[in-house]
Amino acid sequence: MNLKGIQIKVHDMSLRDGMHPKRHQITIEQMKSIARGLDASGVPLIEVTHGDGLGGASVNYGFPAASDEEYLRAVIPLLQHAKVSALLLPGIGTVDHLKMAADCGVTTIRVATHCTEADVSEQHISLGRKMGLDTVGFLMMAHMIEPEQILAQAQLMESYGANCIYVTDSAGYMLPDDVSARVRLLRERLKPETELGFHGHHNLSMGIANSLAAVEAGARRIDCACGGMGAGAGNTPMEVFVAVCNRMGIETGVDVFKISDVAEDLVTPIMDFPVRIDRNSLTLGYAGVYSSFLLFAKRAEQKYGVSAREILLELGRQKMVGGQEDMIEDTALTMARERGLLKAGTA
Amino acid sequence: MNKIKCAIIGSGNIGTDLMYKLQRSPLLEPVWMVGIDPASDGLAKARQHGLKTTDQGVDGLVPHVRTDNVQIAFDATSAYVHKDNSDKLNALGVLMIDLTPAAIGPYCVPPVNLKAHTGKREMNVNMVTCGGQATIPMVYAVSRVQKVAYGEIVATVASKSVGPGTRKNIDEFTRTTAGAVEKVGGAAKGKAIIVINPAEPPLMMRDTIHCLTEAPPRQDEITRSVHEMIAEVQKYVPGYRLVNGPVFDGNRVTTFVEVAGLGDYLPKYAGNLDIMTAAATRTAEMFAEEIRAGRFKLEAAA
Repeated sequence: MNLKGIQIKVHDMSLRDGMHPKRHQITIEQMKSIARGLDASGVPLIEVTHGDGLGGASVNYGFPAASDEEYLRAVIPLLQHAKVSALLLPGIGTVDHLKMAADCGVTTIRVATHCTEADVSEQHISLGRKMGLDTVGFLMMAHMIEPEQILAQAQLMESYGANCIYVTDSAGYMLPDDVSARVRLLRERLKPETELGFHGHHNLSMGIANSLAAVEAGARRIDCACGGMGAGAGNTPMEVFVAVCNRMGIETGVDVFKISDVAEDLVTPIMDFPVRIDRNSLTLGYAGVYSSFLLFAKRAEQKYGVSAREILLELGRQKMVGGQEDMIEDTALTMARERGLLKAGTA
Repeated sequence: MNKIKCAIIGSGNIGTDLMYKLQRSPLLEPVWMVGIDPASDGLAKARQHGLKTTDQGVDGLVPHVRTDNVQIAFDATSAYVHKDNSDKLNALGVLMIDLTPAAIGPYCVPPVNLKAHTGKREMNVNMVTCGGQATIPMVYAVSRVQKVAYGEIVATVASKSVGPGTRKNIDEFTRTTAGAVEKVGGAAKGKAIIVINPAEPPLMMRDTIHCLTEAPPRQDEITRSVHEMIAEVQKYVPGYRLVNGPVFDGNRVTTFVEVAGLGDYLPKYAGNLDIMTAAATRTAEMFAEEIRAGRFKLEAAA
């Protein structure tokens, strides 16, 4: 694979996707110190919001330590070079959140839908573009459909005004060939000026390999998380990816030692548990289940006595998509009842 | 006694499903369906069922309102055009039942506040959203027992049951539903989330209702209230079912429901359409009774 001389933009996820393993409890001070570290390491773009995007604060996904607006207003003024992005899932966040984020100084808005439902993003993508923001269409759970189907959805987002389209491996299920097939087709068929990106999860340890496959197929933005702090077994670890890019001559503009210090000194110490591949995060990648479901399944295991792995497998069988966190407790309850594990009078 | 004549604005999934329900009503008779696409399946179905149709939007209906004695109209188009439709028909004295999330009139969720709408002579009543119809009865089932500080609903619907109007303006869904969780459901603060799932075969509409009570939940009373409310909704949506809950976890009270439709136009998984059209029909029937009894005289707007 010869990728020498290719310039890419790495996009840090530790302060957004990393909110999942932190149950959205990263403090403002922690966000500020990590963001400063990322900025000083040369990371050009940093995502900051609730793990489920703008407006994610809820019983369903978890109430965060601070509001999106508080995080954004605390982080953005500190940065010398790096820009800040915000994620928005239509159905959870609204254009009001988008306007708030832009007012805080966000320069990139990423509008995320399930890979087959791009047409719910028209309102948000067209507004983002009209407001002059770098506007990204983010197609989640992209392993669930064929490349041709992804293309049709990407073309919708492009037609609404997205200047960049992401293939998003929310379940960490894809293998490099799956990534190549999708990104390559988009590169062939979308407008040449439309940028492409890839967002990986490390559930099968494929974060680096998949990101390289994406670059080879034409992606020029790659999501990584410093210290790997993201949902499931985390995202593609930023410091590792930057090191590999250096070896291959791919230009990221990020300093490998500085970013590994941020990972070691600032990100790892705030983790509540090691974000790594264990039997449950492996199950996500193996069965194609949305990575953010991990902690919910573990909590349901504790409460209802059905193993997280069995719950995750069942959610996979039922083809649950991102956002259906409510169905984890529901599924656990139903499984527990079928097994006679529910105390009389409960549910 | 004569049935009250109705027009359906919008020939998509909701409008077409509504036609089947109105045709079964002892009080209402659908006589017009209004669309904008001459090739629409809904308009073809309407003609097969003996309705007059126009593909010219509301303007195609306006000249016939008086001659065909249309007294109630249902708007199943989109929030973007609802106000215009409503103004034109209200001006002719037609009562508007709004099935879009535009919500320019007061909200109606029949098992909670239908009776409160009697005698008010409202010319525009809003049916909230499908998610609102499916969940607000459960919020109310808790709030009628004790104070609810926060109500949050998650509606998951099959991709095939979500029409282009909802997709183009999904924010209206979350905004309108959240507003009605407060105003009708009785939660001090409301939030709404919608998730669209494309699984095949399509999944039944699922709704999760989280309430955070101010004081520790009075479990027995809430459980009883929830079961009573389920039975109340089942009177007009037989496929409304409590799957799990109420679950009590600290001050959190969560109920998990499923809504199977009658399968009139779209298959049974589209319970979200059914609960909307069934609620609109029930609401219109209440007004029809008022009109027939002479208690509500429709008058053209000044």
